[in-house]
Amino acid sequence: MSLLEVRELDVSFGRRRAPAVRGVSFSLDAGQRLGVIGESGSGKTVTALAVTGLLPENAHVGGSVRLGGTEMIGLDERGLARLRGDTVSMVFQEPMTALDPTMRVGRQVAEVLRLHQGAESGPARDRVIAMLDEVGLADPERVADAFPHQLSGGQRQRAILAMALINSPDLVICDEPTTALDVTVQALVLAKLDEVLQASGAACLFISHDLAVVSQVCDQVLVMLDGRIVETGTVERLFTAPEHPYTRGLVATAQLERADPGQRLPTVDDFYAEAEHG
Amino acid sequence: MKRAQLFAGLALVALVVVTAVVSLFWTPFDPIRVVPGQRLLGPGWPHLLGTDGFGIDIASRLMVGARTVLTVGIISVGLAAVVGVPLGMLAGQNGGWVDEVVMRVGDVVYAFPALLLAILLASVFGASTVTAMVAIGVASIPAFARVARAGTLQVMASDFVLAARASGTSRWGIARRHVLPNIAPVVGVQASVGFALAILAEAALSYLGLATPRPTPTWGNMLRDAQQFLFVAPLQALWPGLAIALAVLGFNLLGDGLRDYLDPRLREVP
Repeated sequence: MSLLEVRELDVSFGRRRAPAVRGVSFSLDAGQRLGVIGESGSGKTVTALAVTGLLPENAHVGGSVRLGGTEMIGLDERGLARLRGDTVSMVFQEPMTALDPTMRVGRQVAEVLRLHQGAESGPARDRVIAMLDEVGLADPERVADAFPHQLSGGQRQRAILAMALINSPDLVICDEPTTALDVTVQALVLAKLDEVLQASGAACLFISHDLAVVSQVCDQVLVMLDGRIVETGTVERLFTAPEHPYTRGLVATAQLERADPGQRLPTVDDFYAEAEHG
Repeated sequence: MKRAQLFAGLALVALVVVTAVVSLFWTPFDPIRVVPGQRLLGPGWPHLLGTDGFGIDIASRLMVGARTVLTVGIISVGLAAVVGVPLGMLAGQNGGWVDEVVMRVGDVVYAFPALLLAILLASVFGASTVTAMVAIGVASIPAFARVARAGTLQVMASDFVLAARASGTSRWGIARRHVLPNIAPVVGVQASVGFALAILAEAALSYLGLATPRPTPTWGNMLRDAQQFLFVAPLQALWPGLAIALAVLGFNLLGDGLRDYLDPRLREVP
């Protein structure tokens, strides 16, 4: 049985039921990594939030999301809270705002241990520092005692990574975890993520708009467009033989070094114009 | 420059607090005992600010009055904050009909004049410091609820609350560990401003005889006593008036100073 089983997921918002995700189905086995790629508004984040039951109250959800055998859709807040942080954890896009400015980083990382294991602060601190060290923070003791505003964006994102991984979840959902970071720091964080996931054996749902980033972490990718999955496959196949014109566009724009010098750079629209197909 | 405001406010507030504390142990003269031979003396020595219509040293009465000001301020602001902040957080966190009910009831309380409430309480229980504190406190609840609600809405929309929910934090845990610490600064500012309002309200109520009864001196009932001799000894009304004005100014400056100090967008670059 797969760890995560999403069947015919439909999400729409508000009274007018504006659709955000339509009929999305995929599954994820334990330890497997799946990239979700698509442009803004394609429904990637909404899919991730639906998996954890974190959608706002004005969302209408249909279909089925089974996580470790538990149906997440329609589960009450208490049941969801038990799974969140324990079975599934999330890494958010914005490192600048995803940490509480009034709480020391170490305590914030320890929070999830306190919630799910009733860990005392003393022994928890050792685990927090070990985890901060593991995600590649140079001075874990100092980082644990720091407030978020005293850390750089890359340090914060690694602290958030530590927060998501410390309770050894079965599934880590990363929602554009490196989009807010500059390219050098992005590479470091991705390398650490890869390393830590490998060590813990957790499955990962990795959301990004950047095919190049996804290919560093995942082997399987699904491409979303306008709330639907348009193509799935291994990263390798997607790069070598993309089927859907939209994917072809994505691949071309991810490999700009292949463009002929002096020529106009390719855009997704060269391959896929929404007016013609939509 | 911004800091100057904060420090001026702190200095005035400290002056009131020190005066009140010192008055517990020492005042230049007895603040209650009537001395018929020394009525309506002007400022001078040994009565620095003169004496009132009963021959009591005005400086001593002012010092003791500072106690009432602080007691009423602390208790009424405390009452308003303890009731108002959780209600505002509840409204902000739940939204929907809870929000609607809490805020509309708040509007009704807000529209109900505090003075009327004070008269009501005084006529039922007899005028005392306690009735004044309750009246002022209840009247200030909506202001705290509004501030807390606005802050809560802002915090609830933040990424770190979403992250906390994603780690399995309950609603109650989010309220206690994330919302409360983040709205504490705005509540603190509101408390300081509310304190200034409470001082004014207390002075008005005791001036009207709806608060602390005689012979305990308060700045408000000193004003009332002075009124009888307004044309004979006008300075007598000046002192309590000045005390009220300075205390109110102090707490307002402190509130504004705190707001500027705690708002990172207004903070000066060091």
